[in-house]
Amino acid sequence: MQWDLNSDKPVYLQLVEQIQAGIISGKYRPGDKLPSVREMAAQAMVNPNTMQRAMSELEREGLVYANRTAGRFITSDEELIRQLKKRYITQIINDFLEKTGQLGLDTDEIISLINEIAKNKNKGV
Amino acid sequence: MSVILECNSLTKKFGSVTALNNINLNLERGKIIGLLGPNGSGKTTLIKLINGLLVPTSGTIRIAGKAPGVESKKIVSYLPERTYLPDWLKVSQAIDFFKDFYEDFDVNKAYDMLKRLNLDPSKTLKSLSKGTKEKIQLILVMSRNADLYCLDEPIGGVDPAARDYILNTIITNYNENATVIISTHLISDIENVLDEAIFIKEGNLHLHSSVDEIREKEGKSIDALFREVFRC
Repeated sequence: MQWDLNSDKPVYLQLVEQIQAGIISGKYRPGDKLPSVREMAAQAMVNPNTMQRAMSELEREGLVYANRTAGRFITSDEELIRQLKKRYITQIINDFLEKTGQLGLDTDEIISLINEIAKNKNKGV
Repeated sequence: MSVILECNSLTKKFGSVTALNNINLNLERGKIIGLLGPNGSGKTTLIKLINGLLVPTSGTIRIAGKAPGVESKKIVSYLPERTYLPDWLKVSQAIDFFKDFYEDFDVNKAYDMLKRLNLDPSKTLKSLSKGTKEKIQLILVMSRNADLYCLDEPIGGVDPAARDYILNTIITNYNENATVIISTHLISDIENVLDEAIFIKEGNLHLHSSVDEIREKEGKSIDALFREVFRC
């Protein structure tokens, strides 16, 4: 997993977001075992306490669960992952619409533009 | 949580110059803490006071409840700004030296780290590059099972890859009983590794806070805040 921790947001939040993105994209599969906090911290070059905090947050959301003896796992609850995905994509689209709105484009124009661009992309233009 | 370092009204003057002014500071165990400030702000003075190399002008300093001295030195592992090892020493002899000197020195750990760096213990320090020498010194310091590690500018003289190695060494050796103090002005390189940041400004304690709290409250990185606080 490549970590990109360059924003001004709290580090633990950036970790949470990137693990969420990994779950959505399938880099982490439902039921996967996660490496230890220490290993993940070393990999991401962050403080172990910060990684621990990110894990606690993901556990609170139910995306990760801890088994006392066996370690930490990605949830097998596919419905939860689907919800996460939807929330994530909604966020991206909202940001996008806000930006295009500032450029003076309304949603219908955007949708027809998207269709056009997607069609060209499929044709390999 | 238990306190590893306690400073009360700690003041250090050199003649008419006040290097540290009335510092009150409590550090808990299990943290990695950045001691941050521009050149000449008092970082090294504080670290030398912790290690008993300087004596306070007034105020007190306690390490796990002890005044700096023989007992405190048993539990404090100190990486000074400059190396004190003679350069005719072989790496293996430096390890033996540390083993004889410190009860808590873990020889296997030291050799493990050397192996990971592909370093030959039979080499003399003189034959090594500056960066490699710094790595050796860090390996020696981090191979102790100390309660408090004081690292004075551990990443100043090394390339970015070696910097990553050093930070990795600090993270992987971290344990919840020990606290690591890292003094540096290369903040962006280390801020993700820190629990807490301490800003020292002209000998005064300007700020002591959790790193993520600063990011939450100020909406900026420690590096950005530092540039603001210490704008020249």
